[in-house]
Amino acid sequence: MRTLALFMAIAALSLAGCGEKEQSVVYKQGKYQGKPDTQPWKNESPVAELRGSQWTTGDGRSWEEAVKQRQLAQNEYRRIGQ
Amino acid sequence: MARMKFLCDAERCIECNGCVTACKNENEVPWGVNRRRVVTLNDGVVGAEKSISVACMHCSDAPCMAVCPVDCFYHTDDGVVLHDKDLCIGCGYCFYACPFGAPQFPQAGAFGLRGKMDKCTFCAGGPEPDRSEAEFKKYGRNRLAEGKLPACAEMCSTKALLGGDGDVIADIYRERVLRRGRGAEVWGWSTAYGVPPKPGAQPPAQQPAAGGSGKS
Repeated sequence: MRTLALFMAIAALSLAGCGEKEQSVVYKQGKYQGKPDTQPWKNESPVAELRGSQWTTGDGRSWEEAVKQRQLAQNEYRRIGQ
Repeated sequence: MARMKFLCDAERCIECNGCVTACKNENEVPWGVNRRRVVTLNDGVVGAEKSISVACMHCSDAPCMAVCPVDCFYHTDDGVVLHDKDLCIGCGYCFYACPFGAPQFPQAGAFGLRGKMDKCTFCAGGPEPDRSEAEFKKYGRNRLAEGKLPACAEMCSTKALLGGDGDVIADIYRERVLRRGRGAEVWGWSTAYGVPPKPGAQPPAQQPAAGGSGKS
């Protein structure tokens, strides 16, 4: 039984080299073919030293609000005051 | 959902190249590649000199995306145009299609060989795990995943370059224009974010000249 299992394993390993995977990508016009990307709000907020905004992990709205506060800081009329 | 855009105020840009330096430093962009650059029109002409900071504008209907033969471009949920360098073949079609000259190609050899395309990512990295070393090496820093804005916009000393959600930065710009009373033209916005004409649409009718039929 053990010999048979060993023989099967050797046969499977030696046959694995015969397999050939399709290496060319099938292109479709206008369809992204690359790797998927993750959304920024799926990450944890950075540590305080990095001076990034803080949001709840996975909550897109809280990330958007945090980044919006950062955007509003570009308005010097509001940031510095009158 | 936010639609991330750049807005450059030509009335404020002083051609300091702070945005160019910030971009190169933040993303450790190699020699020969400039993701952002400052273009000056009427250089030296007193009163007519204008400078604008140019990079990928992350167009709504991106021409680079349309011409890419391997479809390596994608729009993120925030409207940022990114690409997968593992798929890019460096053909250069996107360079010819882009109205802003954003795609850059590192010289990979002595015989004019081109490397994979590199361009502004709105500091949003690319299709690698966020804030990973692999992402940084291929695409630069992912500041959006740190809750920050692009380094160029945040470093701009005169706040000529604004980056962020189109609605928010347009409001900031509107307030600015109202206060100074001039300089309402936003360079490149209609090219990047304008609505393309519908197929078969008629051009707008010519307005009659003021003061009657125009005959004298």
